[in-house]
Amino acid sequence: MTSAQAPAVVRLTGVDKVFHVGDQTTTALTGIDLEIRRGEFVSLIGPSGCGKSTLLRIIADLIDPSGGEVAIGGKTAGDARRARDYGMVFQAPVLFDWRTVEDNVRLPLEIMGWDAARRTSKAREMLDLVELGDFLKHYPYQLSGGMQQRVAIARALAFEPSILLMDEPFGALDEMTRERMNSEVLDIWERTGTSVVFVTHSIPEAVFLSSRVVVMSARPGRITRIIDVDLPRPRNEETRESTHYFALVTDVREALRDGQAGRDGASAGGSGTGSLDRVRAEDGVG
Amino acid sequence: MTVTTAGAGDRMGPRAAGGGRWRGRAIDLLPAAVVFVGVLVAWELIVGALALKAFILPQPSAILAALRDNWAAGGRFALSTSAAATLLEALGGLAIGTVVGVVVAFISSRWVTARGVLLPIAVAAGAIPIIAFAPLFNNWFGVLNPLSKAMMAAVLVFFPVMANVIRGLVQVPPAAVELMRSYAASEWTILRKVRIPNALPYFFTALRLGTTLSLIGAVVGEYFGGASFVLGRIVVQSASALRYDVTWAAIFLMAGTGIALYLAISVIERLAIPWHSSVRGIDSR
Repeated sequence: MTSAQAPAVVRLTGVDKVFHVGDQTTTALTGIDLEIRRGEFVSLIGPSGCGKSTLLRIIADLIDPSGGEVAIGGKTAGDARRARDYGMVFQAPVLFDWRTVEDNVRLPLEIMGWDAARRTSKAREMLDLVELGDFLKHYPYQLSGGMQQRVAIARALAFEPSILLMDEPFGALDEMTRERMNSEVLDIWERTGTSVVFVTHSIPEAVFLSSRVVVMSARPGRITRIIDVDLPRPRNEETRESTHYFALVTDVREALRDGQAGRDGASAGGSGTGSLDRVRAEDGVG
Repeated sequence: MTVTTAGAGDRMGPRAAGGGRWRGRAIDLLPAAVVFVGVLVAWELIVGALALKAFILPQPSAILAALRDNWAAGGRFALSTSAAATLLEALGGLAIGTVVGVVVAFISSRWVTARGVLLPIAVAAGAIPIIAFAPLFNNWFGVLNPLSKAMMAAVLVFFPVMANVIRGLVQVPPAAVELMRSYAASEWTILRKVRIPNALPYFFTALRLGTTLSLIGAVVGEYFGGASFVLGRIVVQSASALRYDVTWAAIFLMAGTGIALYLAISVIERLAIPWHSSVRGIDSR
């Protein structure tokens, strides 16, 4: 699916982000270098406050970096946004209550000036893709949380953006639903060939989905390691039970712990285990 | 926990699907109607038992008779003509106050400097007791002109409409705005596709408040002089003639007019925003 030769669709060079609140300054991100190739599935993982969502919003041109360069397929992030290169999925589905499921998916197509017939056929095609073809005329409140998030994914993919940006899209779902959604996202990704940047704080989720896992650390937010996930595709339930999968999960966990330990290094002798517990508590598998 | 109850719920659900919705609504109103009738009956019986004089508290039957006897146009108290005139003033005020409130809300939610200028003025205007305006408006618009009463209503309606619509336009989930920006949507598109629909439930809440307020404004205006055949004047004149049965009839007509306006807005609201939780009920998921 992904080859090392594929052209870079996202290239970040020395990206910094500093927030000023009153007379306080917080360095949210520092020295971020990252290349994401076309068709890649890259996860950003790290503890709360490591700036992974901020990084996603910088890529999306929703906030400006304080320093460094962002290039999206040779364009600036702003030009890429205006060219409708981004599909976005947030932790909340952000569906509009007053629109039916179908009309929610049609919204971006309306804004982008598609004609009515094409809007309808595309919306139906996308809803079939996420297996909600029977719910076209339902309103968001009539759907479960998982179904609402599937509508959000259908909406994000409807205008065929070259990059799908997902900000903890399954963070609010229960573990069973989350695993099913993971498989569905992979399925959709393999069929559409979109590049995906996926923010999560779940280690198993990051490993199961990704081509590469970018491990970040907080205060200041930075990339501490990038782990290649060479699990064979298509991935399925067997993947989740393979020893190689567990080895990779351990790799990511240790990388997260090292990032934490680096930060807490001066604090106490037993900080290693302490951090590990914290990471486990955060990813919900401990 | 048991399965035996399955299916029992869909027999008499108060908000069953389809045509049952309106009937369900009627069933919801039943307790209120029963209490209302009960109060009237108790009133009738207690006033009769205590043999209270009619000028202290007339019986509902006497009020009903006064309503009937003074209903026709051309009579001394012409209640039908008066109710229509007051309703017209209230409606006119409701319309003026709503339009101005919505316009000011759009301007102040769009331009921060406009908000800085307009909001203090609006708050100050909203803080002045409405009675203070009555002599002024009679002077400006003419004591016999229904517009002077409609403007009283408009001032009362304006403030809640403006405040609520601003809130609806501004309080949009940040992620919704981010989503629209990711589509490279213009501010105008965000206004049309997100802010205005988001503001509709707030608008209707204000409008329902406005129905009662517009009636208060109109009647208060009438107390300070004006045409003879309006409900406010009827109250003043019948009371000074010690015809308290007619006074009560006029009060009941005001209540009826207020309820009718309120229900009319509620029906429009149901048709306009069927997707909103205030309309569909919180139990429908």
